Amino acid sequence: MATPGGTDRASHSLDKSITLPPDEIFRNLENAKRFAIDIGGSLTKLAYYSTVQHKVAKVRSFDHTAKGDGEPLYEISVQEEITARLHFIKFENTYIETCLDFIKDHLVNTETKVIKATGGGAHKFKDLIEKKLKLKVDKEDEMTCLIKGCNFVLRNIPHEAFVYAKHADSEFRFQNTHPDIFPYLLVNIGSGVSIVKVESEDKYERIGGSSIGGGTFWGLGALLTKTKRFDELLQLASKGQHTNVDMLVKDIYGGAYGSLGLTGDLIASSFGKSATADKEFSKEDMAKSLLHMISNDIGQLACLYARLHNLTRVYFGGFFIRGHPVTMHTITYSINFFTKGEVQALFLRHEGYLGAIGAFLKGAEEDNPNQYSWGENYAGSSGLMSVSPDLNPMQRARSGTFDMLEMDRLERQLVNLPLLQDPSSYIPDTVDLTEDALAREYWLYCFEEALDGVVKRAVASQRDQPEAAERAEKFRQKYRHKLQTLRHQPFAYGSLTVRSLLDTREHCLNEFNFPDPYSKIKQRENDMALKYYQKVVKSLEELSWDQRQFALVRGLLAGNVFDWGAKAVSDVLESDPEFGFEQAKHQLQDNSGMDIILGVFPFVRELLIRGTEVVLASNSGPALNDVTNSELQIVTERIAAMDPVIQAAVKEDRLTLVQSGSSSPCLDLSRLDKVLATVVRERSTDLVVIEGMGRAIHTNYYAMLSCESLKLAVIKNSWLAERLGGKIFSVVFKYEVPSKTQGQY
Amino acid sequence: MKLRSVKKPAFPWFGMDIGGTLVKLVYFEPKDITAEEEQEEVENLKSIRRYLTSNTAYGKTGVRDVHLELRNLSICGRTGTLHFIRFPTAAMHRFIQMGRDKNFSSLHTMLCATGGGAYKFESDFRTMADLELLKLDELDCLIHGLLYVDSVGFNGHPECYYFENPSDTQHCVKRPCSLDNPFPMLLVNIGSGVSILAVYSKDNYKRVTGTSLGGGTFLGLCCLLTGCETFEEALEMASKGDSTNVDKLVRDIYGGDYQRFGLQGSAVASSFGHMMSKEKRDTISKEDLARATLVTITNNIGSIARMCAVNEKIERVVFVGNFLRINTVSTKLLAYAMDFWSKGQLRALFLEHEGYFGAVGAFMELLKSSEEP
Repeated sequence: MATPGGTDRASHSLDKSITLPPDEIFRNLENAKRFAIDIGGSLTKLAYYSTVQHKVAKVRSFDHTAKGDGEPLYEISVQEEITARLHFIKFENTYIETCLDFIKDHLVNTETKVIKATGGGAHKFKDLIEKKLKLKVDKEDEMTCLIKGCNFVLRNIPHEAFVYAKHADSEFRFQNTHPDIFPYLLVNIGSGVSIVKVESEDKYERIGGSSIGGGTFWGLGALLTKTKRFDELLQLASKGQHTNVDMLVKDIYGGAYGSLGLTGDLIASSFGKSATADKEFSKEDMAKSLLHMISNDIGQLACLYARLHNLTRVYFGGFFIRGHPVTMHTITYSINFFTKGEVQALFLRHEGYLGAIGAFLKGAEEDNPNQYSWGENYAGSSGLMSVSPDLNPMQRARSGTFDMLEMDRLERQLVNLPLLQDPSSYIPDTVDLTEDALAREYWLYCFEEALDGVVKRAVASQRDQPEAAERAEKFRQKYRHKLQTLRHQPFAYGSLTVRSLLDTREHCLNEFNFPDPYSKIKQRENDMALKYYQKVVKSLEELSWDQRQFALVRGLLAGNVFDWGAKAVSDVLESDPEFGFEQAKHQLQDNSGMDIILGVFPFVRELLIRGTEVVLASNSGPALNDVTNSELQIVTERIAAMDPVIQAAVKEDRLTLVQSGSSSPCLDLSRLDKVLATVVRERSTDLVVIEGMGRAIHTNYYAMLSCESLKLAVIKNSWLAERLGGKIFSVVFKYEVPSKTQGQY
Repeated sequence: MKLRSVKKPAFPWFGMDIGGTLVKLVYFEPKDITAEEEQEEVENLKSIRRYLTSNTAYGKTGVRDVHLELRNLSICGRTGTLHFIRFPTAAMHRFIQMGRDKNFSSLHTMLCATGGGAYKFESDFRTMADLELLKLDELDCLIHGLLYVDSVGFNGHPECYYFENPSDTQHCVKRPCSLDNPFPMLLVNIGSGVSILAVYSKDNYKRVTGTSLGGGTFLGLCCLLTGCETFEEALEMASKGDSTNVDKLVRDIYGGDYQRFGLQGSAVASSFGHMMSKEKRDTISKEDLARATLVTITNNIGSIARMCAVNEKIERVVFVGNFLRINTVSTKLLAYAMDFWSKGQLRALFLEHEGYFGAVGAFMELLKSSEEP
């Protein structure tokens, strides 16, 4: 059976050149169906849907009555689970035939009869596609596809949109996904310009356009400079001086036009100086002047339309933009000039894929892809490349070859936590490593250092499988390569954060079939902790109320020390297996074992006794040693069996277990399981406790909720502790009450 | 009660607008000179008058637009003819030299000037010809000049005109009209660049926006693309060309109309879009290129003007500026664009003295400044 992730050959080489075996690019074709293709002027974008067989660790409770002392709490079995994945691949039109051949050879699914096609080139290659693939080409309207694709990425990919700032520390400033993506303006700059107002999934209107677009730059540029290629024209432009060709305000006034507030450097007349036969103009200067002329013109029209329709979100796309720093800069400049900063020019990380995504969605309507939430798979996606040659010389060689985007279907719909004070300004992550170079250096180093340990842990979790070591090695190479890429291009997957580094690691582990490397450790810890549960509860009951509250909090925090994610802790745990709960308490997340059973449950119990209803949210999927919802179900059953307080609460629905929708050690409160959001709303939740370094420090440290909240964690990383002004193993205990005035403490 | 002494400014009466490409000069020739006055008239003043009125061309590049002269004007108690003269800004230094040679400074006249060049050449006037300029705001002058010329009319005919049936090339005809109630109007001044003003009254206006794609761009690109040298040459070529050989139309992409968005097949989808292909580049004529440049610039101005009119809620759009001189291709295209894209809501208006209003405004300022006690 084909493994979705690795092939035997050259998986270490992620340089996506044509020499790369195509099965690393067109992955999982054996299980593919529903093809769509978007053929542009120079690039082809192929989309398909595949079912991926994943190994997942499932836990299953043993029969309660037959429990013996030495027997584990539950059984862990690795099962195959089938999930859906979307594949998007971008390559140059020159490779189209090779690629079609490869697809034909590997296409097994015979249900597929049609391929949805869009883009200007779809017509040209229609016969070739039909001949090669034996699929009927079904053409879809370009603009409809574009809008559908745009809605899809805006909804499903956090940090999809960004602002471009050429001279800032980080060129790309990613935007939060606004909970409501509508309405927006899409300015598509192809050979001409289309300005489309999008009001909902199905309602959009072309409100305007212009014939001065990418085709004008290319066509007029080719005439003026005798340079044929679009890329070369942009290159020329980036080297030119437009002031030699353009007539500036200061050329007319001798300085600024004060009474109008027009600066002297403003272009009064594009090409105004070239109205003479006596002078030669350089290609670079003319290309630059042309670029300014066209960018300014488009920016101006976009602003006029945005103002007329009262829209502030304006996305730019089309081949004129497509990741070119030069055009993103000139368009941004123009928008800033014409709106005086009121409107920001927004660009999209996956802009090039919109047509293909939309065409695919048109063809997949019966699968209802829009009913699900989807997540970008960092392991299978190339990420945003900088085409700025100075930034990364390696890039130039790579641009124009293969680029991939993979999206996993999440088995649930993700929504905002209803208790976020202002969902539109919520930023999950505490530190943006794209902007904080020092922190970036540190964390990249940290994750690289921890890699050996993770590999070891992965192998240990599958001792029964002989090829585990080999897979673990592939995981190591893949993740190390990702870290290297992120060092050069921290913006590759949106803002770089500790969370995204952790998630990338989880995605890579999954790709090589290590679904839950900590399952056995969690099992052992849970077993051990359960034995102490009654003792802990009893000793707590003996304390006075005051003392008990203090002890409960200490318990919560002590349990939180057991975090395999933190290297300082995993070093201690690896070297000293006797390192126990008492010690942790003295040294002083919903990790499994000690944390959940001896820390969280006594705390929950106290709340229940005082009449509080408790909703206990835990991860849907595994991440490090964090307890998963299915594990928690079993743990709760077992605790209920020995503790009448918990038993009654479960029975009376005062203690509810819900999954968070997350499979990360961190938590994005804007992407939570819809069920959790519903429960929160129905129960009128008035206190949120967020526990653990990943969920309360790396993320949500600054999150503002509309109810009381408690964020607690032990800082298990000396660098971070120092940054926050404390020492390693210091405690964060942050109690916040929402102020009446929005957005203020 | 205050008695206002109407003190006439000393002759000669000039108004000057020094733009990025052209200098526009208006000169008032008094026709009611008495014999006595003639005797007193100093020699160099007489020679200036004779030089300007007896020639229609000055040097290599100066031109008097005889067909535009306004006769029998009564200004400040004098009757005479207003002459309209233009020459390239590049010849400005020669003009200043001439001022020095004719000892212009001895006439003690005020030289009212507007346009960017009033600032740029101020010190040259001073150092080369001992002349002080009275610098005036170009938009004030534009509006005042326009309203004045419209109010006096064009030798008994209306100054303003529009095109009837702008969407029908067969029946599109120029019609005079009055600008009796001109406010609010969107004033689009197309010189080297373009300024767009929303004018609510004589002194209440704002500059809405502008674009650098103007007459200078048309001529600049035409020179680069065709090797022509003058505006007249460029227009002449454009009048013979076919822009559809250069531009990609909607029907070139979609085979016909793009019905999904109500775009006609004949609409331009991509200006110069055909020029992306080498084969097409190799077969194109200069005339076609000139025409495409003209159409591209004109349509773009029309499009921006229309958006501004809608945003400012103004239905009357007045196009002026020297880009429109002898340029019926553009005036008709603008009329068509306003009418078509607004579904008849907007009307494009034009004025016979298209590029001279700034200079007229400067000239009027000369008279006004002398009226003050």
